[in-house]
Amino acid sequence: MTPLLAQVQEPMTRAELLADDPLWLILIKAVVLMLVGPVLTVVMIVGERKIVGRMQNRPGPNRVGPFGSLQAIADAIKLPFKEQVIPDTADRKVYFLAPIIAVVPALIGLAAIPFGPEVTIFGERTVLQLVELPVGVLLVLAGASIGVYGIVLAGWASGSPYPLLGGMRSAAQVISYEIAMGLAIIGVVLYAQSMATGEIVEAQASGWYFYLLLPSFVIYLISMVGETNRAPFDLPEAESELVGGFHTEYSSMKFAMFFLAEYTNMVIVSAFATTLFLGGWMFPFVGLDSPLNQGWFPVLWFFGKMFVLLFGFIWLRGTLPRFRYDQFMKLGWKVLVPAGLVWLVLIALVRAIRNDGNVSTGQILVIGGIAIVVIVLLTLLLPEKKIEDDDSVPTTGSDYPVPPLDLKVPETTPRRKALKAKAKSGKRTEALASTKEGSDGDL
Amino acid sequence: MAQGGPDAGLGVYLPLVLIFVLALAFATLSVLLGPLLGPSRFNRAKFSAYECGIEPSPQPLVGAGRMPVAYYVTAMLFILFDIEMVFLFPYAVSADALGLWGVAAATLFIATFFIADAYVWRRGGLDWN
Repeated sequence: MTPLLAQVQEPMTRAELLADDPLWLILIKAVVLMLVGPVLTVVMIVGERKIVGRMQNRPGPNRVGPFGSLQAIADAIKLPFKEQVIPDTADRKVYFLAPIIAVVPALIGLAAIPFGPEVTIFGERTVLQLVELPVGVLLVLAGASIGVYGIVLAGWASGSPYPLLGGMRSAAQVISYEIAMGLAIIGVVLYAQSMATGEIVEAQASGWYFYLLLPSFVIYLISMVGETNRAPFDLPEAESELVGGFHTEYSSMKFAMFFLAEYTNMVIVSAFATTLFLGGWMFPFVGLDSPLNQGWFPVLWFFGKMFVLLFGFIWLRGTLPRFRYDQFMKLGWKVLVPAGLVWLVLIALVRAIRNDGNVSTGQILVIGGIAIVVIVLLTLLLPEKKIEDDDSVPTTGSDYPVPPLDLKVPETTPRRKALKAKAKSGKRTEALASTKEGSDGDL
Repeated sequence: MAQGGPDAGLGVYLPLVLIFVLALAFATLSVLLGPLLGPSRFNRAKFSAYECGIEPSPQPLVGAGRMPVAYYVTAMLFILFDIEMVFLFPYAVSADALGLWGVAAATLFIATFFIADAYVWRRGGLDWN
Protein backbone atom coordinates (compact mmCIF):
# COMPACT_ATOMS: atom_id res chain seq x y z
CA MET A 1 0.00 0.00 0.00
CA THR A 2 1.56 3.27 -1.07
CA PRO A 3 1.21 6.41 1.06
CA LEU A 4 -0.68 8.07 -1.82
CA LEU A 5 -3.32 5.34 -1.85
CA ALA A 6 -3.63 5.50 1.91
CA GLN A 7 -4.53 9.19 1.71
CA VAL A 8 -7.24 8.62 -0.85
CA GLN A 9 -9.03 6.05 1.31
CA GLU A 10 -12.23 7.19 2.94
CA PRO A 11 -12.10 7.88 6.71
CA MET A 12 -13.09 4.95 8.88
CA THR A 13 -14.26 4.90 12.48
CA ARG A 14 -11.99 3.53 15.18
CA ALA A 15 -14.05 0.38 15.60
CA GLU A 16 -13.93 -0.32 11.85
CA LEU A 17 -10.19 0.21 11.76
CA LEU A 18 -9.70 -2.17 14.68
CA ALA A 19 -12.00 -4.80 13.20
CA ASP A 20 -9.72 -4.99 10.13
CA ASP A 21 -6.58 -5.71 12.16
CA PRO A 22 -4.80 -8.90 11.19
CA LEU A 23 -3.96 -11.37 13.96
CA TRP A 24 -0.23 -10.57 14.06
CA LEU A 25 -0.99 -6.90 14.71
CA ILE A 26 -3.41 -7.74 17.52
CA LEU A 27 -0.75 -10.00 19.02
CA ILE A 28 1.91 -7.26 18.89
CA LYS A 29 -0.46 -4.75 20.46
CA ALA A 30 -1.52 -7.20 23.18
CA VAL A 31 2.07 -8.02 24.16
CA VAL A 32 3.12 -4.35 24.17
CA LEU A 33 0.05 -3.32 26.21
CA MET A 34 0.64 -6.10 28.70
CA LEU A 35 4.24 -4.99 29.18
CA VAL A 36 3.34 -1.30 29.65
CA GLY A 37 2.19 -2.06 33.19
CA PRO A 38 5.30 -3.93 34.42
CA VAL A 39 7.71 -1.50 32.69
CA LEU A 40 5.98 1.53 34.19
CA THR A 41 5.95 -0.27 37.56
CA VAL A 42 9.75 -0.49 37.44
CA VAL A 43 9.98 3.19 36.47
CA MET A 44 7.48 4.17 39.14
CA ILE A 45 9.25 2.33 41.95
CA VAL A 46 12.56 4.11 41.34
CA GLY A 47 10.82 7.40 40.62
CA GLU A 48 8.70 7.17 43.76
CA ARG A 49 11.63 6.32 46.02
CA LYS A 50 13.75 9.10 44.55
CA ILE A 51 11.00 11.73 44.67
CA VAL A 52 9.76 10.82 48.16
CA GLY A 53 13.39 10.76 49.24
CA ARG A 54 13.96 14.27 47.92
CA MET A 55 10.74 15.44 49.58
CA GLN A 56 12.08 14.14 52.89
CA ASN A 57 15.55 15.68 52.44
CA ARG A 58 17.39 12.42 51.75
CA PRO A 59 18.89 11.12 48.52
CA GLY A 60 16.81 7.97 48.02
CA PRO A 61 18.32 4.90 46.31
CA ASN A 62 21.70 5.78 44.78
CA ARG A 63 23.78 2.59 44.75
CA VAL A 64 22.56 0.33 41.93
CA GLY A 65 23.24 1.82 38.49
CA PRO A 66 23.61 5.51 37.67
CA PHE A 67 21.74 7.53 40.35
CA GLY A 68 20.18 4.31 41.62
CA SER A 69 18.08 3.97 38.48
CA LEU A 70 18.46 0.19 38.30
CA GLN A 71 17.30 -0.41 41.88
CA ALA A 72 13.84 -1.65 40.90
CA ILE A 73 15.28 -4.08 38.33
CA ALA A 74 17.67 -5.44 40.95
CA ASP A 75 14.72 -5.96 43.30
CA ALA A 76 12.71 -7.65 40.57
CA ILE A 77 15.58 -10.08 39.90
CA LYS A 78 16.07 -10.70 43.60
CA LEU A 79 12.46 -11.64 44.39
CA PRO A 80 12.17 -14.98 42.48
CA PHE A 81 15.29 -16.25 44.26
CA LYS A 82 13.75 -15.78 47.69
CA GLU A 83 12.18 -18.65 49.58
CA GLN A 84 8.40 -18.82 49.51
CA VAL A 85 6.93 -19.36 52.95
CA ILE A 86 3.36 -20.64 53.24
CA PRO A 87 1.89 -20.61 56.76
CA ASP A 88 0.42 -23.88 58.04
CA THR A 89 -2.95 -22.25 58.60
CA ALA A 90 -3.28 -21.15 54.96
CA ASP A 91 -5.88 -22.47 52.55
CA ARG A 92 -3.31 -23.51 49.97
CA LYS A 93 -5.40 -23.50 46.76
CA VAL A 94 -6.86 -20.04 47.30
CA TYR A 95 -3.51 -18.86 48.63
CA PHE A 96 -1.90 -19.68 45.26
CA LEU A 97 -4.83 -18.36 43.24
CA ALA A 98 -5.12 -14.95 44.94
CA PRO A 99 -2.03 -13.25 43.43
CA ILE A 100 -3.06 -14.43 39.96
CA ILE A 101 -6.58 -13.03 40.41
CA ALA A 102 -5.10 -9.74 41.59
CA VAL A 103 -2.64 -9.29 38.74
CA VAL A 104 -4.56 -10.50 35.65
CA PRO A 105 -7.18 -7.69 35.58
CA ALA A 106 -4.38 -5.21 36.22
CA LEU A 107 -2.48 -6.48 33.17
CA ILE A 108 -5.47 -6.33 30.82
CA GLY A 109 -6.82 -3.05 32.22
CA LEU A 110 -5.15 -0.89 29.57
CA ALA A 111 -6.86 -2.76 26.71
CA ALA A 112 -9.66 -0.22 26.22
CA ILE A 113 -7.50 2.91 26.65
CA PRO A 114 -6.94 4.85 23.40
CA PHE A 115 -3.28 5.86 23.20
CA GLY A 116 -3.45 7.69 19.88
CA PRO A 117 -5.24 8.35 16.62
CA GLU A 118 -4.94 6.50 13.33
CA VAL A 119 -1.41 5.32 12.48
CA THR A 120 0.17 2.92 10.02
CA ILE A 121 2.09 -0.04 11.43
CA PHE A 122 3.97 -2.07 8.76
CA GLY A 123 1.61 -0.77 6.07
CA GLU A 124 -1.52 -1.62 8.06
CA ARG A 125 -3.93 1.19 9.00
CA THR A 126 -4.99 0.94 12.60
CA VAL A 127 -5.46 2.95 15.81
CA LEU A 128 -3.31 2.75 18.93
CA GLN A 129 -5.83 0.84 20.98
CA LEU A 130 -6.46 -2.85 21.48
CA VAL A 131 -10.27 -2.93 21.59
CA GLU A 132 -12.85 -0.19 21.01
CA LEU A 133 -15.90 -1.64 22.74
CA PRO A 134 -19.29 0.07 22.95
CA VAL A 135 -18.92 -0.47 26.72
CA GLY A 136 -15.21 0.33 27.04
CA VAL A 137 -15.73 2.41 30.19
CA LEU A 138 -17.35 -0.52 31.96
CA LEU A 139 -14.44 -2.77 31.01
CA VAL A 140 -11.93 -0.53 32.80
CA LEU A 141 -14.23 -0.11 35.79
CA ALA A 142 -14.78 -3.87 36.03
CA GLY A 143 -11.07 -4.61 35.77
CA ALA A 144 -10.29 -2.16 38.55
CA SER A 145 -12.79 -3.81 40.89
CA ILE A 146 -12.16 -7.48 40.05
CA GLY A 147 -8.62 -6.99 41.37
CA VAL A 148 -10.06 -6.63 44.88
CA TYR A 149 -11.12 -10.30 44.77
CA GLY A 150 -7.42 -11.17 44.74
CA ILE A 151 -6.78 -8.96 47.75
CA VAL A 152 -9.70 -10.15 49.86
CA LEU A 153 -9.02 -13.81 49.02
CA ALA A 154 -5.35 -13.33 49.88
CA GLY A 155 -6.35 -11.95 53.27
CA TRP A 156 -8.80 -14.78 53.89
CA ALA A 157 -6.61 -17.62 52.66
CA SER A 158 -3.57 -16.62 54.73
CA GLY A 159 -5.26 -17.89 57.89
CA SER A 160 -3.82 -15.11 60.00
CA PRO A 161 -5.56 -12.18 61.73
CA TYR A 162 -3.66 -9.23 60.22
CA PRO A 163 -4.07 -10.23 56.57
CA LEU A 164 -7.76 -10.92 57.17
CA LEU A 165 -8.31 -7.41 58.55
CA GLY A 166 -6.27 -5.89 55.72
CA GLY A 167 -8.24 -7.81 53.10
CA MET A 168 -11.59 -6.83 54.60
CA ARG A 169 -10.56 -3.21 54.86
CA SER A 170 -9.42 -3.21 51.27
CA ALA A 171 -12.66 -4.74 50.02
CA ALA A 172 -14.81 -2.23 51.92
CA GLN A 173 -12.60 0.61 50.75
CA VAL A 174 -12.61 -0.30 47.07
CA ILE A 175 -16.35 -0.91 46.88
CA SER A 176 -17.08 2.35 48.73
CA TYR A 177 -14.96 4.46 46.44
CA GLU A 178 -16.03 2.63 43.31
CA ILE A 179 -19.50 4.13 43.69
CA ALA A 180 -18.13 7.67 43.85
CA MET A 181 -15.88 6.87 40.88
CA GLY A 182 -18.77 5.44 38.88
CA LEU A 183 -20.90 8.53 39.55
CA ALA A 184 -18.05 10.75 38.31
CA ILE A 185 -17.77 8.63 35.17
CA ILE A 186 -21.52 8.79 34.52
CA GLY A 187 -21.12 12.57 34.23
CA VAL A 188 -18.58 12.09 31.46
CA VAL A 189 -20.75 9.52 29.69
CA LEU A 190 -23.66 11.96 29.87
CA TYR A 191 -21.63 14.64 28.11
CA ALA A 192 -19.95 12.38 25.54
CA GLN A 193 -23.20 10.43 24.90
CA SER A 194 -21.09 7.30 24.53
CA MET A 195 -19.39 4.67 26.66
CA ALA A 196 -16.73 3.89 24.04
CA THR A 197 -13.40 5.30 25.27
CA GLY A 198 -12.20 6.38 21.83
CA GLU A 199 -15.38 8.34 21.19
CA ILE A 200 -15.13 10.00 24.61
CA VAL A 201 -11.68 11.32 23.68
CA GLU A 202 -12.90 12.58 20.32
CA ALA A 203 -15.91 14.23 21.99
CA GLN A 204 -13.44 16.34 24.00
CA ALA A 205 -12.12 18.06 20.87
CA SER A 206 -14.38 21.03 21.72
CA GLY A 207 -13.31 21.20 25.36
CA TRP A 208 -11.72 18.91 27.89
CA TYR A 209 -14.01 17.63 30.58
CA PHE A 210 -11.78 18.43 33.55
CA TYR A 211 -12.99 22.03 33.55
CA LEU A 212 -16.41 21.41 32.01
CA LEU A 213 -17.12 18.81 34.69
CA LEU A 214 -14.86 20.04 37.47
CA PRO A 215 -16.76 18.44 40.41
CA SER A 216 -16.77 15.09 38.57
CA PHE A 217 -13.03 15.41 38.03
CA VAL A 218 -12.36 16.18 41.70
CA ILE A 219 -14.53 13.24 42.82
CA TYR A 220 -12.74 10.97 40.36
CA LEU A 221 -9.28 12.09 41.53
CA ILE A 222 -10.10 11.43 45.19
CA SER A 223 -11.75 8.10 44.54
CA MET A 224 -8.96 6.89 42.26
CA VAL A 225 -6.53 7.24 45.16
CA GLY A 226 -8.97 5.35 47.39
CA GLU A 227 -9.57 2.69 44.76
CA THR A 228 -5.86 1.91 44.37
CA ASN A 229 -5.19 1.76 48.14
CA ARG A 230 -2.54 4.47 47.99
CA ALA A 231 -1.52 7.01 50.62
CA PRO A 232 -3.28 8.83 52.25
CA PHE A 233 -5.85 6.05 51.85
CA ASP A 234 -3.44 3.10 52.20
CA LEU A 235 -5.35 1.61 55.15
CA PRO A 236 -5.29 -2.03 53.94
CA GLU A 237 -1.51 -2.05 54.30
CA ALA A 238 -1.15 0.37 57.18
CA GLU A 239 2.14 -0.96 58.47
CA SER A 240 1.72 0.66 61.87
CA GLU A 241 -1.62 -1.11 62.41
CA LEU A 242 -1.68 -4.27 60.32
CA VAL A 243 1.99 -5.23 59.75
CA GLY A 244 1.80 -5.63 55.94
CA GLY A 245 -1.97 -5.86 55.52
CA PHE A 246 -3.28 -8.49 53.13
CA HIS A 247 0.17 -9.55 51.90
CA THR A 248 1.74 -10.11 55.33
CA GLU A 249 2.02 -13.86 54.71
CA TYR A 250 3.13 -13.59 51.08
CA SER A 251 6.71 -13.82 49.95
CA SER A 252 8.81 -14.34 46.84
CA MET A 253 7.10 -13.99 43.43
CA LYS A 254 3.59 -14.05 44.90
CA PHE A 255 4.40 -10.90 46.82
CA ALA A 256 5.85 -9.41 43.62
CA MET A 257 2.52 -10.08 41.89
CA PHE A 258 0.64 -8.00 44.47
CA PHE A 259 3.19 -5.24 44.17
CA LEU A 260 2.89 -5.31 40.38
CA ALA A 261 -0.90 -5.23 40.61
CA GLU A 262 -0.86 -2.20 42.91
CA TYR A 263 1.41 -0.11 40.70
CA THR A 264 -0.23 -1.22 37.46
CA ASN A 265 -3.60 -0.23 38.90
CA MET A 266 -2.18 3.22 39.56
CA VAL A 267 -1.14 3.40 35.92
CA ILE A 268 -4.59 2.25 34.78
CA VAL A 269 -6.60 4.75 36.82
CA SER A 270 -4.24 7.55 35.73
CA ALA A 271 -4.58 6.54 32.09
CA PHE A 272 -8.34 6.36 32.54
CA ALA A 273 -8.44 9.83 34.11
CA THR A 274 -6.41 11.12 31.17
CA THR A 275 -8.87 9.53 28.76
CA LEU A 276 -12.01 10.74 30.50
CA PHE A 277 -11.07 14.22 31.67
CA LEU A 278 -7.76 15.39 30.19
CA GLY A 279 -8.49 14.94 26.50
CA GLY A 280 -6.67 11.62 26.11
CA TRP A 281 -4.06 11.82 23.38
CA MET A 282 -4.97 15.33 22.21
CA PHE A 283 -2.56 18.26 22.38
CA PRO A 284 -4.13 21.29 24.09
CA PHE A 285 -5.26 24.40 22.14
CA VAL A 286 -4.98 22.84 18.64
CA GLY A 287 -7.65 21.15 16.56
CA LEU A 288 -7.83 17.49 15.61
CA ASP A 289 -6.43 18.27 12.13
CA SER A 290 -3.24 19.86 13.45
CA PRO A 291 -0.03 17.91 12.72
CA LEU A 292 0.51 17.73 16.49
CA ASN A 293 -2.54 15.50 16.71
CA GLN A 294 -1.57 13.16 13.86
CA GLY A 295 0.53 10.03 13.70
CA TRP A 296 2.67 8.96 16.65
CA PHE A 297 3.08 12.28 18.52
CA PRO A 298 -0.17 11.93 20.53
CA VAL A 299 1.33 8.96 22.40
CA LEU A 300 3.79 11.44 23.92
CA TRP A 301 1.01 13.80 25.00
CA PHE A 302 -0.90 10.88 26.49
CA PHE A 303 2.02 9.65 28.55
CA GLY A 304 2.90 13.21 29.56
CA LYS A 305 -0.56 13.75 31.04
CA MET A 306 -0.45 10.34 32.66
CA PHE A 307 2.90 11.02 34.32
CA VAL A 308 1.56 14.26 35.77
CA LEU A 309 -1.17 12.24 37.49
CA LEU A 310 1.29 9.56 38.60
CA PHE A 311 3.51 12.27 40.09
CA GLY A 312 0.40 13.44 41.94
CA PHE A 313 0.15 9.99 43.56
CA ILE A 314 3.75 10.23 44.77
CA TRP A 315 3.30 13.81 45.90
CA LEU A 316 0.27 12.80 47.98
CA ARG A 317 2.29 10.04 49.60
CA GLY A 318 5.10 12.44 50.44
CA THR A 319 2.73 15.07 51.85
CA LEU A 320 -0.28 13.67 53.65
CA PRO A 321 -0.52 11.43 56.72
CA ARG A 322 -2.76 8.38 56.63
CA PHE A 323 -6.50 8.77 57.23
CA ARG A 324 -8.23 7.08 60.12
CA TYR A 325 -10.60 4.36 58.90
CA ASP A 326 -13.81 6.00 60.14
CA GLN A 327 -12.79 9.35 58.63
CA PHE A 328 -12.06 7.61 55.38
CA MET A 329 -15.41 5.82 55.16
CA LYS A 330 -17.16 9.03 56.20
CA LEU A 331 -15.53 10.92 53.34
CA GLY A 332 -16.60 8.26 50.86
CA TRP A 333 -20.19 7.66 51.93
CA LYS A 334 -21.21 10.98 53.44
CA VAL A 335 -19.41 13.42 51.14
CA LEU A 336 -18.40 11.95 47.79
CA VAL A 337 -21.46 9.80 47.05
CA PRO A 338 -24.13 12.44 47.87
CA ALA A 339 -22.09 15.14 46.13
CA GLY A 340 -21.73 12.93 43.05
CA LEU A 341 -25.48 12.21 42.93
CA VAL A 342 -26.49 15.85 43.33
CA TRP A 343 -23.98 16.99 40.70
CA LEU A 344 -25.24 14.30 38.32
CA VAL A 345 -28.87 15.44 38.64
CA LEU A 346 -27.73 19.03 38.15
CA ILE A 347 -25.82 18.45 34.91
CA ALA A 348 -28.52 16.18 33.53
CA LEU A 349 -31.08 18.90 34.20
CA VAL A 350 -28.99 21.71 32.68
CA ARG A 351 -28.25 19.63 29.60
CA ALA A 352 -31.89 18.67 29.08
CA ILE A 353 -33.09 22.26 29.52
CA ARG A 354 -30.49 23.47 27.03
CA ASN A 355 -31.44 20.85 24.44
CA ASP A 356 -35.23 20.88 24.87
CA GLY A 357 -36.11 24.42 25.84
CA ASN A 358 -33.96 26.37 23.36
CA VAL A 359 -32.16 28.02 26.26
CA SER A 360 -28.48 28.80 25.78
CA THR A 361 -25.82 27.79 28.28
CA GLY A 362 -25.17 31.47 28.98
CA GLN A 363 -28.75 32.05 30.12
CA ILE A 364 -28.62 28.99 32.37
CA LEU A 365 -25.36 30.21 33.89
CA VAL A 366 -26.81 33.68 34.51
CA ILE A 367 -29.94 32.29 36.17
CA GLY A 368 -27.88 29.82 38.20
CA GLY A 369 -25.53 32.60 39.24
CA ILE A 370 -28.42 34.80 40.38
CA ALA A 371 -29.84 31.88 42.38
CA ILE A 372 -26.48 31.31 44.09
CA VAL A 373 -26.11 35.03 44.92
CA VAL A 374 -29.63 35.11 46.41
CA ILE A 375 -28.89 32.04 48.54
CA VAL A 376 -25.60 33.53 49.75
CA LEU A 377 -27.31 36.82 50.63
CA LEU A 378 -30.04 34.95 52.52
CA THR A 379 -27.46 33.05 54.55
CA LEU A 380 -25.84 36.39 55.46
CA LEU A 381 -29.15 37.42 57.04
CA LEU A 382 -28.95 34.50 59.47
CA PRO A 383 -27.83 35.67 62.92
CA GLU A 384 -24.22 34.76 63.59
CA LYS A 385 -23.52 32.41 66.45
CA LYS A 386 -21.37 34.04 69.11
CA ILE A 387 -18.34 31.98 69.91
CA GLU A 388 -17.28 32.38 73.50
CA ASP A 389 -13.51 32.34 73.63
CA ASP A 390 -12.68 31.25 77.17
CA ASP A 391 -9.32 29.78 76.31
CA SER A 392 -7.75 33.03 75.11
CA VAL A 393 -4.10 33.10 76.09
CA PRO A 394 -2.89 36.36 77.66
CA THR A 395 0.01 37.81 75.73
CA THR A 396 2.58 40.45 76.49
CA GLY A 397 3.13 43.44 74.28
CA SER A 398 5.41 41.40 72.02
CA ASP A 399 2.72 38.73 71.39
CA TYR A 400 4.51 36.02 73.38
CA PRO A 401 2.07 33.89 75.39
CA VAL A 402 2.40 34.33 79.13
CA PRO A 403 1.93 31.27 81.37
CA PRO A 404 -0.88 31.63 83.92
CA LEU A 405 0.54 33.09 87.11
CA ASP A 406 -1.87 31.45 89.57
CA LEU A 407 -1.20 27.97 88.05
CA LYS A 408 -4.57 26.59 89.08
CA VAL A 409 -5.17 22.91 88.30
CA PRO A 410 -7.91 22.66 85.64
CA GLU A 411 -11.28 21.75 87.13
CA THR A 412 -12.30 19.10 84.63
CA THR A 413 -10.26 17.03 82.25
CA PRO A 414 -11.81 14.05 80.44
CA ARG A 415 -9.81 11.69 82.64
CA ARG A 416 -10.85 13.44 85.83
CA LYS A 417 -14.47 13.34 84.69
CA ALA A 418 -14.26 9.63 83.99
CA LEU A 419 -12.71 8.99 87.39
CA LYS A 420 -15.40 11.02 89.10
CA ALA A 421 -18.14 9.18 87.26
CA LYS A 422 -16.55 5.88 88.15
CA ALA A 423 -16.34 6.80 91.80
CA LYS A 424 -19.98 7.88 91.75
CA SER A 425 -21.20 4.68 90.07
CA GLY A 426 -19.08 2.65 92.48
CA LYS A 427 -20.81 4.35 95.39
CA ARG A 428 -24.19 3.70 93.83
CA THR A 429 -23.57 -0.01 93.44
CA GLU A 430 -22.32 -0.10 96.98
CA ALA A 431 -25.46 1.65 98.13
CA LEU A 432 -27.61 -0.72 96.10
CA ALA A 433 -25.80 -3.70 97.55
CA SER A 434 -26.31 -2.40 101.08
CA THR A 435 -30.04 -1.81 100.53
CA LYS A 436 -30.30 -5.30 99.11
CA GLU A 437 -28.57 -6.70 102.14
CA GLY A 438 -30.87 -4.65 104.29
CA SER A 439 -33.98 -6.00 102.56
CA ASP A 440 -32.58 -9.50 102.82
CA GLY A 441 -32.16 -8.96 106.50
CA ASP A 442 -35.79 -7.84 106.76
CA LEU A 443 -36.94 -11.02 105.12
CA MET B 1 -13.75 -10.96 11.00
CA ALA B 2 -16.87 -9.12 12.06
CA GLN B 3 -17.45 -5.52 11.01
CA GLY B 4 -17.08 -2.72 13.54
CA GLY B 5 -19.80 -0.43 14.79
CA PRO B 6 -22.67 -0.95 17.15
CA ASP B 7 -23.88 -4.04 15.32
CA ALA B 8 -20.49 -5.76 15.55
CA GLY B 9 -20.49 -9.39 16.58
CA LEU B 10 -18.47 -10.96 19.33
CA GLY B 11 -15.40 -10.70 17.09
CA VAL B 12 -14.51 -7.33 18.64
CA TYR B 13 -13.89 -9.11 21.91
CA LEU B 14 -11.26 -11.43 20.39
CA PRO B 15 -8.26 -9.19 21.26
CA LEU B 16 -9.55 -9.07 24.82
CA VAL B 17 -9.56 -12.86 25.05
CA LEU B 18 -6.06 -12.90 23.61
CA ILE B 19 -4.63 -10.44 26.13
CA PHE B 20 -6.45 -12.29 28.93
CA VAL B 21 -4.75 -15.56 27.96
CA LEU B 22 -1.36 -13.78 27.77
CA ALA B 23 -1.83 -12.14 31.17
CA LEU B 24 -2.97 -15.41 32.74
CA ALA B 25 0.08 -17.22 31.34
CA PHE B 26 2.40 -14.47 32.61
CA ALA B 27 0.88 -14.51 36.11
CA THR B 28 0.82 -18.31 36.41
CA LEU B 29 4.41 -18.69 35.23
CA SER B 30 5.60 -15.99 37.61
CA VAL B 31 3.88 -17.60 40.58
CA LEU B 32 5.27 -21.01 39.67
CA LEU B 33 8.76 -19.53 39.24
CA GLY B 34 9.08 -18.84 42.99
CA PRO B 35 9.24 -22.40 44.31
CA LEU B 36 11.48 -23.47 41.38
CA LEU B 37 14.18 -20.84 41.85
CA GLY B 38 13.99 -20.07 45.55
CA PRO B 39 15.62 -22.07 48.36
CA SER B 40 13.59 -24.19 50.77
CA ARG B 41 14.96 -24.48 54.31
CA PHE B 42 12.72 -25.93 57.00
CA ASN B 43 12.15 -24.00 60.19
CA ARG B 44 9.17 -24.69 62.46
CA ALA B 45 8.61 -21.07 63.49
CA LYS B 46 8.67 -19.86 59.90
CA PHE B 47 5.45 -21.66 59.04
CA SER B 48 3.28 -20.25 61.81
CA ALA B 49 1.06 -17.23 61.16
CA TYR B 50 2.89 -13.95 61.73
CA GLU B 51 1.71 -12.06 64.79
CA CYS B 52 4.70 -9.90 65.69
CA GLY B 53 6.44 -12.73 67.50
CA ILE B 54 3.74 -13.73 69.97
CA GLU B 55 2.19 -17.18 69.96
CA PRO B 56 -0.31 -17.14 67.02
CA SER B 57 -3.95 -16.98 68.01
CA PRO B 58 -5.93 -20.15 67.25
CA GLN B 59 -7.45 -20.20 63.76
CA PRO B 60 -10.20 -22.33 62.19
CA LEU B 61 -9.02 -25.32 60.15
CA VAL B 62 -9.66 -23.62 56.80
CA GLY B 63 -9.41 -19.89 56.05
CA ALA B 64 -9.38 -17.10 58.59
CA GLY B 65 -11.35 -16.18 61.69
CA ARG B 66 -14.19 -13.81 62.41
CA MET B 67 -14.50 -10.24 61.20
CA PRO B 68 -16.49 -7.16 62.27
CA VAL B 69 -20.10 -7.15 61.08
CA ALA B 70 -19.83 -3.55 59.85
CA TYR B 71 -18.19 -4.84 56.66
CA TYR B 72 -21.40 -6.72 55.76
CA VAL B 73 -23.43 -3.52 56.07
CA THR B 74 -20.99 -1.75 53.75
CA ALA B 75 -21.17 -4.62 51.28
CA MET B 76 -24.97 -4.50 51.21
CA LEU B 77 -24.97 -0.73 50.75
CA PHE B 78 -22.54 -1.19 47.89
CA ILE B 79 -24.91 -3.58 46.12
CA LEU B 80 -27.71 -1.04 46.53
CA PHE B 81 -25.70 1.79 44.99
CA ASP B 82 -24.06 -0.37 42.36
CA ILE B 83 -27.49 -1.36 41.04
CA GLU B 84 -28.32 2.33 40.92
CA MET B 85 -25.21 2.94 38.83
CA VAL B 86 -26.03 0.03 36.53
CA PHE B 87 -29.30 1.76 35.66
CA LEU B 88 -27.80 5.24 35.40
CA PHE B 89 -25.19 4.27 32.78
CA PRO B 90 -27.73 3.44 30.04
CA TYR B 91 -29.69 6.56 30.96
CA ALA B 92 -26.54 8.70 30.59
CA VAL B 93 -25.78 7.29 27.13
CA SER B 94 -29.21 8.23 25.79
CA ALA B 95 -29.88 11.29 27.96
CA ASP B 96 -30.07 13.66 24.98
CA ALA B 97 -32.69 11.52 23.26
CA LEU B 98 -34.82 11.24 26.40
CA GLY B 99 -34.80 14.97 27.18
CA LEU B 100 -36.54 16.50 30.19
CA TRP B 101 -38.76 13.47 30.72
CA GLY B 102 -35.63 11.37 31.16
CA VAL B 103 -34.25 13.80 33.73
CA ALA B 104 -37.48 13.64 35.71
CA ALA B 105 -37.43 9.84 35.67
CA ALA B 106 -33.76 9.66 36.65
CA THR B 107 -34.24 12.19 39.45
CA LEU B 108 -37.16 10.19 40.81
CA PHE B 109 -35.03 7.07 40.68
CA ILE B 110 -32.11 8.73 42.47
CA ALA B 111 -34.47 10.24 45.07
CA THR B 112 -35.78 6.76 45.89
CA PHE B 113 -32.22 5.70 46.66
CA PHE B 114 -31.66 8.83 48.70
CA ILE B 115 -34.45 7.72 51.02
CA ALA B 116 -32.72 4.41 51.66
CA ASP B 117 -29.42 6.24 52.08
CA ALA B 118 -30.93 8.73 54.53
CA TYR B 119 -32.41 5.87 56.56
CA VAL B 120 -29.08 4.07 56.82
CA TRP B 121 -27.32 7.35 57.62
CA ARG B 122 -29.84 8.13 60.37
CA ARG B 123 -29.55 4.65 61.88
CA GLY B 124 -25.77 4.98 62.02
CA GLY B 125 -25.01 2.41 59.33
CA LEU B 126 -22.32 4.67 57.88
CA ASP B 127 -20.52 5.25 61.17
CA TRP B 128 -17.39 3.30 62.03
CA ASN B 129 -16.34 3.19 65.64
